[in-house]
Amino acid sequence: VAQNLFDLLQAQLAQSIRQASVAHGVLVLELAAADIPGVVGRLKAEFQFDMFLDVTAVDWPDQHPRFEVVYHFYSTQHHVRVRLKTRVAQADPTVDTLVPLYGSARYMERECHEMYGIAFRGNADLRPALLYEGFKGHPLRKDYPKLGEQPLVEYRK
Amino acid sequence: MTAPGGIKPAVKPFPNPVRSDFDLVQTEGRVYVNIGPSHPATHGTVQIIAELDGERVVRTDVHPGYLHRGFEKECESHTWHNLIPYVDRLNYVSALINDFAYCEAVEKLMGVEITPRCRYLRTLLSEYSRIIDHITCIAAGVMEIGAMTAFLYLMTIRDYMYEHLANLTGARVTYSYGRIGGLAADLPEGWLARLEEILVQQEEFVGRVHGLMDRNRIFIDRMRNVGCLSTADAIDYGFTGPILRSTGAARDLRKDTPYLAYADLDFDVPVGIKGDNYDRYYVRMREIDESVYMIRQCVDALPGGPINVDDRRCVLPPKHLVYTEIESLINHFKLIMDGPDVPAGDVYSAHEASNGELGFYLVSNGKGVPHKVHVRSPSFAHIGGVHKMLDGYQLADIIPTFGSINMIGGECDR
Repeated sequence: VAQNLFDLLQAQLAQSIRQASVAHGVLVLELAAADIPGVVGRLKAEFQFDMFLDVTAVDWPDQHPRFEVVYHFYSTQHHVRVRLKTRVAQADPTVDTLVPLYGSARYMERECHEMYGIAFRGNADLRPALLYEGFKGHPLRKDYPKLGEQPLVEYRK
Repeated sequence: MTAPGGIKPAVKPFPNPVRSDFDLVQTEGRVYVNIGPSHPATHGTVQIIAELDGERVVRTDVHPGYLHRGFEKECESHTWHNLIPYVDRLNYVSALINDFAYCEAVEKLMGVEITPRCRYLRTLLSEYSRIIDHITCIAAGVMEIGAMTAFLYLMTIRDYMYEHLANLTGARVTYSYGRIGGLAADLPEGWLARLEEILVQQEEFVGRVHGLMDRNRIFIDRMRNVGCLSTADAIDYGFTGPILRSTGAARDLRKDTPYLAYADLDFDVPVGIKGDNYDRYYVRMREIDESVYMIRQCVDALPGGPINVDDRRCVLPPKHLVYTEIESLINHFKLIMDGPDVPAGDVYSAHEASNGELGFYLVSNGKGVPHKVHVRSPSFAHIGGVHKMLDGYQLADIIPTFGSINMIGGECDR
């Protein structure tokens, strides 16, 4: 079932996909950032990928564009996962939000935003989720020091 | 700021760590209540800002993050093996499931196939951990609405299980028992006999809890039709595990995408009717029964043979060889100092943890240290949609509803 679906997906989405492969049972599609909402909308409407599992980013400081934004979707009917990947540059790390499509997108994008500084255009609620208000920098970027501390309350001398 | 009496406070006030989603202009007749982050009646350190109309919750704004320890950042500077104690501390109530999910993700990247005995032992121990997790969740949940006896029954049996796991792994809660390519140690003598004793006692204790709770008027009044969730909302908000199943959807990764030995086992997927607190309680109780059934099947079918694969890329050589031959000594040294040789690439691997889909997204750049470790934790997704279950109910309902979600700060905040 999975292989048929993967073939169908690749054929249907051929114009938007830059590269497709199957890695460890997950279909991996690489596409341009601008195509994300359109492809995800079709994944949800036509291929029953009804669960938005996760969005995160991978920081490749030596590559251009620097950030790889990675989405995972799951179909509760076909029991198959799809991973979408797109690249965004450090100067403008922006992708469109998926909030209109999935309820879980709001929190997942909040986390990705605070940790990597990826801006999700259209998500009105990008407050920090795990960090606190006023935290400076994006801790999961490779250039944020592992031992960097910015306590809310000053340490006792 | 000067306190009454002209005394200056010793600590200057610091900014609020959260910004509420609600506007600061108060609506007439509405009260804003802050619950947590360290409220005695919520398990898990979480802050809920609720807008109340009388006793009714109009809307809520939930803030996790008080247990954020920088897990994912820390993972990027340790070898693949050294992360095992860290992943234990994600869901610290069922740490073994985290261990095995993480190890399986790394094994997939390396192309390692674990031995049949290891596969069955991991399955058995995952189900054992699931029982412990469900027991803890139910015990704490019923205690919060006054059922102290049921709490003590369940805690008693949980402690037998903790001691029993300590006999196997050397620790009660965070075991560090999984290894890439196998397990830390094989079963000690008599472990399976004691396991059966505990399971028999567990069935008796859980039976008593059924008798105390299932048709208890107070319990039903607090749980039935409270915190209802529809299947569509649950899937939309990424809910998995017992919460999704309580809405009536039989979605279980152990059935849908079988891993470990689950394809060989016979078990049912219990579901609820309308996704309220009572359904979540009952789905967990029924899952305990199914786990017991699976453990007994695993014990009967437990294959012999080694627990570790014979692969020098990830498994440490036997100690007596490390002390007597140079190849094993160097192998041991390289594995400890440089880490296992994980090929470049990325993998997403998910297990059905006791709270739902626990996924590890790992990125390797071919070194002994991961480039990135990301955890798709069920609790974080649940916190993102918990307002669906809180809004519209009574203020007092927040306590049992939040208890039935089983939010685990360790895996939610990472």
